[in-house]
Amino acid sequence: MLALDRVSKTYPNGVEALTRFSAEIRQGEIIAIIGGSGCGKSTLLRAIAGLDRASSGTVTLDGEAIASPHAKIGIIFQEPRLLPWLSVADNIGFGLAELPAAERRAKVARALDRVGLADKAQAWPRELSGGQAQRVAIARALVPQPEVLLLDEPFSALDAFTRRDLQDHLLDLWADTRPTLILVTHDVDEAVVLADRVLVMRPRPGRLFDQIEINLGRPRDRNSPLFETFKRSVLASLDRSLDRRVPDRDATQGPGQAMWW
Amino acid sequence: MISDAPVLQQSSEPAENAVAPSRLSRYARPALGLLLPLTLALGWELVVWSGWSNGRLVPPPSRVFATITELARSGELVRHISATLWRVGLGFGFGVVAGTLLGAISGYWSLARRLLDPTVQALRAIPSLAWVPLFILWLGIFETSKIALIAVGVFFPVYLGVMGAILSVDRKIVEVGRTFRLSGFAMIRRILLPAVLPAYVVSLRVGLGLGWMFVVAAELIGASEGLGYLLLDGQQLGKPAQILAAIVIFAILGKLTDWLIELAAAPFLRWQDAFGRAKET
Repeated sequence: MLALDRVSKTYPNGVEALTRFSAEIRQGEIIAIIGGSGCGKSTLLRAIAGLDRASSGTVTLDGEAIASPHAKIGIIFQEPRLLPWLSVADNIGFGLAELPAAERRAKVARALDRVGLADKAQAWPRELSGGQAQRVAIARALVPQPEVLLLDEPFSALDAFTRRDLQDHLLDLWADTRPTLILVTHDVDEAVVLADRVLVMRPRPGRLFDQIEINLGRPRDRNSPLFETFKRSVLASLDRSLDRRVPDRDATQGPGQAMWW
Repeated sequence: MISDAPVLQQSSEPAENAVAPSRLSRYARPALGLLLPLTLALGWELVVWSGWSNGRLVPPPSRVFATITELARSGELVRHISATLWRVGLGFGFGVVAGTLLGAISGYWSLARRLLDPTVQALRAIPSLAWVPLFILWLGIFETSKIALIAVGVFFPVYLGVMGAILSVDRKIVEVGRTFRLSGFAMIRRILLPAVLPAYVVSLRVGLGLGWMFVVAAELIGASEGLGYLLLDGQQLGKPAQILAAIVIFAILGKLTDWLIELAAAPFLRWQDAFGRAKET
């Protein structure tokens, strides 16, 4: 279990990015964190990843405090961040340097197969499309089998079609080992498709505002009325998090019309 | 639910455009570069041959070539070339080692940079030839002062190149190394070294160019052998063909050594995704 206990972050210039954020996340749960800009969602993710230290409060994974990058926690960034001087296969195997070469090769080959890029093993990163590169990044993060996988707006730079495809693909990969997923996003659709629970944050200073359980079976149908209902409730919560007053029964001014981002 | 296959096939393969260039363009490209100098040389040869000019001050290519073969036959040429190559080689070696070490230290530790860099930058502002009298007083007029001068010339571009390359390594890539918990040494080996390599090769090539420049300066000041000595000797004895011969050999050696660096680095830089590369394929 991942426990966040009153995590706060104040930057040296005095900006309070995150204030007393607490949450308990079960092993294998998929969490989406959503909120307006400046609500500290990336700050929170970096604290969990151990890339930045929280000013106060603690992040603990299975009782172990996290203060620096941890073997059980993987992260996928908004950009693929592949190492351009390594082939696709070597990029995926980057976190497996300690393993014997044969075992590493086998794992990499399996991962390549799993993300559908077996034919690209020896390609350079520059030869990949944006979606393919992000697949490699996902494989690289998953191949050491982390217990927690953090995703910082991983699909936001992709076109709508590729994004959908990768969302489904991510769920499929998740089913293999069921790590905890914590996904920062600004895409309500994405949050409702993927998450068991959506955490809505509110800005200035960044803090937890609301939690919405998405009680939908999987696979989820993006066009079902129930899906639409959950989307509306997330959007309504976002609007409230920004103190936007939304006229309730006005069809043209439904929730989400406020420019919450 | 899993719909990865269709997209995958749909996306085209940019790798495919890296096919070998056609045979014509492969030979035509270097030939294109030779067109201008060959035309000029041939033109001047014709002018002298038809008697429009006696070619005394600007000897035609045939006379320059004859001088080179004559020097080669007497064994003089090998002696001069090896003397110059030896000086450039040693000076370049010392300059590269010092520049790489200090540049890496200054790039990696900000404390060292604050301590070291202002002094190095101040020294860099001194025109390097200003060191000549001092080096001669300190190190004598023989080989040591010459090699020191060349090393100074090579040092600065290498130092600047290495330091600048380390400072400009993408923070995002370094962060990837951090998430995989790379220690200081592993971070240098697996992230920093490959990341700075392209800029390092460029700084080596700039350094080598300066090394060739400074060897001439050093040999003009006082030497009994070397290509620079050939230049000076040709001036004093009024032999323009010999001067031109030395210049041509400088050009060939400079280009050749530069090409060697490029060749040695090429296998390590195949991954680069750069403007120049795209145009070459």
